[in-house]
Amino acid sequence: MSFMPKPRVAHPGLPRNELGLTRRDYEGGMSTLCAGCGHDSITASIIQACFELSIAPHRVAKVSGIGCSSKTPAYFLSASHGFNSVHGRMPAVATGANAANQDLHYIGVSGDGDSLSIGLGQFCHAMRRNLNMVYIIENNGVYGLTKGQFSASADVGSKAKKGERNEQPPIDPALTALTMGGTFVARSFSGDKAQLVPLIKAAMRHRGFALIDVLSPCVTFNDHEDSTKSYAFTRQHYQPAVHTDFVAPATEIMAEYEAGESIKVDLHDGSHIVLRKVSPDHDPTDRASAYAFLRKRQKAGEHVTGLLYVDGSEPDMHMLNHTVQVPLNRLEWDTLCPGSEGLGAILARYR
Amino acid sequence: MKRTDTSDPGYYHRVVDCQWACPAHTDVPEYIRLIAQGHFNDAYMVNRESNVFPGILGRVCDRPCEPACRRGRVEDKPVAICRLKRVAADLRDDIADRLPRIPAAKNGKRIACVGAGPASLTVANDLMPLGYAVTIFEALEKPGGLMRSNIPSFRLPDKVLDGEIDMIVDMGVDLRLGQRIQSMRALLDEGWDAVFIGSGAPRGKDLKLPGREAAAANIHIGIDWLESVAFDHVERIGERVLIIGVGNTAMDCCRSSLRLGAHDVKVMARKPRAFFKASDWELEDAEEENVEIIVNHSPREFLIENGRLRGMLFDVMEYDLDERGRILDSRVTGERTIFCDDVVLAIGQDNACPWIERDLGIEFDQWDVPLVDETTFQATRPGVFFGGDSAFGPKNIIWAVEHGHQAAVSIHRHCQGEALEDRLPVTMNLSSRKMGIHEWAYANDYNSAERRLMPHVDLKERFRKLDIEVELGFSPEQAAYEVQRCLNCDVQTVFTDSLCIECDACIDICPTDCLTMTADGSEEELRGRLKAPADNPEQALFASAPLKYTGRLMIKDENLCVHCGLCAERCPTAAWDMQKSKFKFPYAVDEDEAWQSRKRQTA
Repeated sequence: MSFMPKPRVAHPGLPRNELGLTRRDYEGGMSTLCAGCGHDSITASIIQACFELSIAPHRVAKVSGIGCSSKTPAYFLSASHGFNSVHGRMPAVATGANAANQDLHYIGVSGDGDSLSIGLGQFCHAMRRNLNMVYIIENNGVYGLTKGQFSASADVGSKAKKGERNEQPPIDPALTALTMGGTFVARSFSGDKAQLVPLIKAAMRHRGFALIDVLSPCVTFNDHEDSTKSYAFTRQHYQPAVHTDFVAPATEIMAEYEAGESIKVDLHDGSHIVLRKVSPDHDPTDRASAYAFLRKRQKAGEHVTGLLYVDGSEPDMHMLNHTVQVPLNRLEWDTLCPGSEGLGAILARYR
Repeated sequence: MKRTDTSDPGYYHRVVDCQWACPAHTDVPEYIRLIAQGHFNDAYMVNRESNVFPGILGRVCDRPCEPACRRGRVEDKPVAICRLKRVAADLRDDIADRLPRIPAAKNGKRIACVGAGPASLTVANDLMPLGYAVTIFEALEKPGGLMRSNIPSFRLPDKVLDGEIDMIVDMGVDLRLGQRIQSMRALLDEGWDAVFIGSGAPRGKDLKLPGREAAAANIHIGIDWLESVAFDHVERIGERVLIIGVGNTAMDCCRSSLRLGAHDVKVMARKPRAFFKASDWELEDAEEENVEIIVNHSPREFLIENGRLRGMLFDVMEYDLDERGRILDSRVTGERTIFCDDVVLAIGQDNACPWIERDLGIEFDQWDVPLVDETTFQATRPGVFFGGDSAFGPKNIIWAVEHGHQAAVSIHRHCQGEALEDRLPVTMNLSSRKMGIHEWAYANDYNSAERRLMPHVDLKERFRKLDIEVELGFSPEQAAYEVQRCLNCDVQTVFTDSLCIECDACIDICPTDCLTMTADGSEEELRGRLKAPADNPEQALFASAPLKYTGRLMIKDENLCVHCGLCAERCPTAAWDMQKSKFKFPYAVDEDEAWQSRKRQTA
């Protein structure tokens, strides 16, 4: 880790967004992760996406669990809300926060250990509820914070730093999400900001649970030969299946897309995503086809990336539960509190 | 884009903006670090090696380094490089034992220098340690050239001037004061092994307007008048003075006038402020002393009354400028009379060598400027060299010093019978500053301190006498602040492309967005699509070889790099390293060493 903070001095020509802020205004504290950690690039991508979307930092809540990945909310958007929760329990905290205030943007940052081992149940149920949040898994295939044991996402045949071979099949977050009803399922790579930033922007605008599984090499414990999540291996087996362009509301689609090759997905706030297919046998709007495609490519040893499946029409948690449409802190006391009589009536329903 | 060849010393030299801009290549970051460590003697010697007159230049240098300083682009004010040089000179102890030793046995070569200004003194400084017998002829009664005659003592005290000139003269230079060379032919006939002409640009321009002759008693040529002031031949001037011209000489004239009895001094400029030749800080100092600077007034006539100067008539001008500020058209919109007692003309000067006969093989061009080789400083006649203002017209002291260094190299090669062009090349040494995983052998943290203001003598006090030095110099405490503003641009970001794993760490951490990994393209096209716009074409783009995983290039825009070392600190494979560049600019002594070693080898 570095002993000095990143200097506040900035490029004088730095562009400003609609709020008059520069990208530097979206930064957080100095990273204490290992030099070269993929997580730091994801942090930079989140910063870039929030800057480009002109999101007011104080309208964001960052939530995380435990692990290297879960440290990263400290490194972006220092002017936002945050909750660093118990290991694997970030979805529960995010659910509670979202239930109380649905007007904030929720960015959950988790890791393969936090989400696929100890927190797998929480992860699945958050998707099942279609909780309106961005859920980023910084996936490196190892438990970096405890010195590099295989995690549940380690591929069969991948070798640990000291040569041990992983024999157990991996849990693929994207396939899990497709099974659990995830409405926005994406995969990306920390080393490809050109792909990751538009994905985060689209995820921020998606109403519902938006999963982005980001391959994020662990430079210290999983960047050697025979690792399937190293910088080198990921670059070699990296297979963008869909190009994703996020188009803000009231922006004309300027680029020319070839007919039949591009799909326009409308989002609830008037913005849309334009998907350009790379693989002809993949339809990112069909859950079953997306699942089959992913399975096939996984067997071929490829890291398929891009927005793999999206459906903006499914109801989110609040719609499913018919909850009130405004944040609880904006409700009048009389509305918020049923009073003794109202409470009696509620209790009577359960007698 | 072509891969950047960083083994060429020119590349990293350019990154050190101050050193690149300095005609004498003073190693600025090095001496600023030495000041920061309190090593004032060492800082002085680093300066002296390249610019010879640190105490003088620390007060009156034209400071080409400061407009070039990267700090001025990152923030708005450059490091106070020039005044830090003065700190080294002010706070040093005796350094006599660190000056080069002068051999008792001479090498038998006799060199004549004409004029005892900075160029000739530098030639003597470089050649005396090699055993040459150097003779300097000076027309005036004291050495120093324009440093003595044209720079007022309230900016440059005699004590400082004498101190640094004596260091050279005391090497055993045969200094012949009050001896004006009247004939080059006669000088050459004395059989010198080489003659160096550093006689300056002594002819101040005149303004031939109606009334010039009639009012001659109250119209002064700026540089001649300053010389008269310097040698106490003039002690008074009228109460109302007009200075014509806005160069640095004009600034010295107006401020000198205030100390010789003038109360109302106006500097008259023909054009708007953007066209002023004077340095910003000299304009500021003059305006602080309540000198009025009037723009867009073009002199038309000297007004005479009863045979005496009464004032001047000006055309009031108006200019049309294009979007880049250049003049497209001008017109006279009116006229204005300004009354005055004296006028000082400071509208430029020329080099003039009427004492050089034109049949000696020393050729002059159509403007009567000698033909001088820009590398060797040799005239068209072998063995005759020019330097300083006499070579290419008026420049400044620091250029004269560099001319002197180069002429000394040429003179040495000439006297040893070697080709003047085969000079030693500039060389570079790079050495890592890495101390530990995240520790560097330099202060890499960016310090946001603002530029210190130079303390001045109180306005009332300073006019009491002509030679009260206005600038007090930085205190050690002020200097300690100011040195921290230096960005250590000589600690280079050195990239080894074969080590890069393209993890983006350096790109994410760089505070000024200098770095981009991107597909190849032409430089012009690349400049438009980097992480931050690279809109300063004066500053180089570094391009690596194609990187091993994606074939992209690592591009660095050198423009705003603050040399904080975070790219190297966040690099997991040490593909980036912070390495200090040290350049060796060969002087006559280095030529001599190389020559001696060649001689030993052939023997």
